[in-house]
Amino acid sequence: MSVFDQQSTRKPPISQIGAVLWLKTNLFSSWINSLLTLASLYLLYIMIPPLLDWMIFNASFSFGTVNLFGFDIKFSEAMATNQNCGREGACWPYIYEKLYMYTYGFYPRTETWRPNIVFGLTALLFVIVPLVKHYKHKNRVTLSLIILYPLVSYVLIAGGFGLLMPVSTDQWGGLLLTLIIASVGIIVSFPIGVLLALGRQSNLKVIKLFSTLFIEFIRAVPLITILFMASFVLPLFLESGNYFDKLLRALIGIALFQAAYFAEVVRGGLQAIPRGQYEAADAIGLSYFQKNILIILPQALKISIPNIVGSSISLFKDTTLVLIIGLFDMLAMVNLTSNDPYWLGRETEGFVFVTIVMWAILYTMSRYSRKLELRFNTENTN
Amino acid sequence: MKKLILDSLGKSKHRGSNFRDLLYNNEVRAFFFQVITFVLVVGLFYTAIGNLFENIEERGINTGFSFLNNRAGFDILPFLGNIVVDYTPESSNLTVFYVGLVNTLVVAFIGIILSTLIGLLIGIARLSNNYLISKLAGGYIELFRNIPILLQILFWYNLFINIFPHPKQSLAFFDIAFLNQRGLYLPKPIPEDGFLFVTLAFIIGIIAAYFIKKFFKKKHELTGAHTSTWTYTLGLVIGFPVIVYFLIGSPLQFDYAVLGKFNLKGGMAVVPEFLALTFALSVYTATYIAEAIRSGIEAVDKGQKEAAAAIGLSPIQSLKLIVLPQALRVAIPPTINQYLNLTKNSSLATVIGYPELMSTFGGTVLNQVGQAVEILAMAMLVYLVISLFISLLLNYVNKKMEIQGR
Repeated sequence: MSVFDQQSTRKPPISQIGAVLWLKTNLFSSWINSLLTLASLYLLYIMIPPLLDWMIFNASFSFGTVNLFGFDIKFSEAMATNQNCGREGACWPYIYEKLYMYTYGFYPRTETWRPNIVFGLTALLFVIVPLVKHYKHKNRVTLSLIILYPLVSYVLIAGGFGLLMPVSTDQWGGLLLTLIIASVGIIVSFPIGVLLALGRQSNLKVIKLFSTLFIEFIRAVPLITILFMASFVLPLFLESGNYFDKLLRALIGIALFQAAYFAEVVRGGLQAIPRGQYEAADAIGLSYFQKNILIILPQALKISIPNIVGSSISLFKDTTLVLIIGLFDMLAMVNLTSNDPYWLGRETEGFVFVTIVMWAILYTMSRYSRKLELRFNTENTN
Repeated sequence: MKKLILDSLGKSKHRGSNFRDLLYNNEVRAFFFQVITFVLVVGLFYTAIGNLFENIEERGINTGFSFLNNRAGFDILPFLGNIVVDYTPESSNLTVFYVGLVNTLVVAFIGIILSTLIGLLIGIARLSNNYLISKLAGGYIELFRNIPILLQILFWYNLFINIFPHPKQSLAFFDIAFLNQRGLYLPKPIPEDGFLFVTLAFIIGIIAAYFIKKFFKKKHELTGAHTSTWTYTLGLVIGFPVIVYFLIGSPLQFDYAVLGKFNLKGGMAVVPEFLALTFALSVYTATYIAEAIRSGIEAVDKGQKEAAAAIGLSPIQSLKLIVLPQALRVAIPPTINQYLNLTKNSSLATVIGYPELMSTFGGTVLNQVGQAVEILAMAMLVYLVISLFISLLLNYVNKKMEIQGR
């Protein structure tokens, strides 16, 4: 005979488990929190549905027949025009028709394969570099890629060599131009920035003074004044008769501007290296360049990688400014294409499209930088 | 043995006499490299400036700053700058410079206040224990931080002039403020004779409040008795000027905007260019300020809060006396840097035609006169001075907030 019947355990009250508990602790923990929750729900309610209506439900997707990877996909009988698109929703056929302009600008339509190959090579670069990470000669491979990639890209895009028909820089535009300016800006300004950072940390008074003056001056003024300088004043500084490409002028301005910012980032890394490293390098008799290339810079650059990516993100954002000096980057295409008499008054669609593309690129970059930050953050492990 | 070491250290009798020794002497090398750099940089400048004068002469561009006295001859979008400087198309180019400068400072000032408020709000919301609020704040930061500021300025400007109603259907707020495509119309304050006294009373109030606060702080340090001073402050800074205002007999009139046949008349119009620019700059800069504030609050050790609770401080006291002073030490330097960025970014207004420095002076005047070197140098100087001022401010704040070690 049992003295004691085990009763089944009582279930926890509904307010202590699952979704209800989650709601209670995260959304309705106090009356002020409940109020805030309701207010933000209302905020979402007045913002999200009209946005979705405009972008999707009231929008026109009458692209006509679209050829996608060799398959014909029929969206509608004919492509919508500006008139039958309606004004209460977005008119995406406008973006579809102008997609070429947004991507390549005025690049000749028969030559599109050239920038396409460059886009492909860029994607390939991101695949190859992690693959050869453990390869014995990885430094040699990376170095040759760093030299070869810009060269091949330039030959393909600018043309003028052999059978490739030359395409002048004023025909470059859209996302292609944005990417060119950003990548050239980063590649060219980085070595200058490292030199400036070393100069600013140098014991040589004259070099230190010039580096500091340059860095502080550039960082104090807005990019637009530098771009104006590069575009109006730089040609005056050269011997007369020297033709100077508008894009090249902008690139020089952007590279100098970005170099000052990279210099400050790298200087932060240099300052984080313990004095002992410098002294040890001196003690084993390394020269200044040996010391910096073999001992100091590898450590300093590693620390500054997240900030270098962060600074590159700013540069990417700043490339949009070239529209002020008359280059047709992706943002400039919005005004240019909506001035088309067939598509008047479609700026908003253009802005939204460019915003989505830019945001996607920049968000990916910033996530990547945060990942790097976590990976290189060895502070807590030692 | 001792001699050997001395020899290897180079303390031999040959020192300095031999060319090879000279070549490997660090000081000689340093001197040599510095001379080379100096010659290269000066040489570069010399050639560049020489070419500059040659080119300028060849193209027949004027030099010097006499263009500043010439008649400007163009209209500037009416905004505060025009009113402060009293600009007409007959004014000189130098006046245009002042108009641009005032407009730049106005947008920077309002932008800094707004972005700080939004940033503070979002930064605190990001740390809220309310899931929805925290995620919304995070979404706000990720969204606006990753869109180029120029795109945001263009987008809001385009949106404002498209969705704001036509002047005839202005959105009215109790017949006091109106909103339409041409901007936000606010009542225009017209100070009359005695208004100077009200301003004076306000300044006296601030000074008096400062001394009262100082007095009670001293008392607190001496005796430990705490006196709350905010009632005094409120009374002196707001109450005192209000009393003076009514004693003198309300020396301030308002000119309200009135809906005319085609447009609003009177009042004070805040142009949509200004609205879009300030909005975009504040929203963008606020994301950075929010992150600075969040990292500042997160940087305060948990033990600090626990210690504050342990010695019996209330949550408000703990926040005011323990957490915020330490959080601000981390948050304020990056925030001040963002103020500088906001001021520099205000130069992008040139794309929507808000009449600030780079669109009036660095834009229209540059196109008319063509003296790019002088004009850009003046514009850059302005930004340099602003940046120098902000750096000084930053140094001052850093020094003030330095942890006092013993």
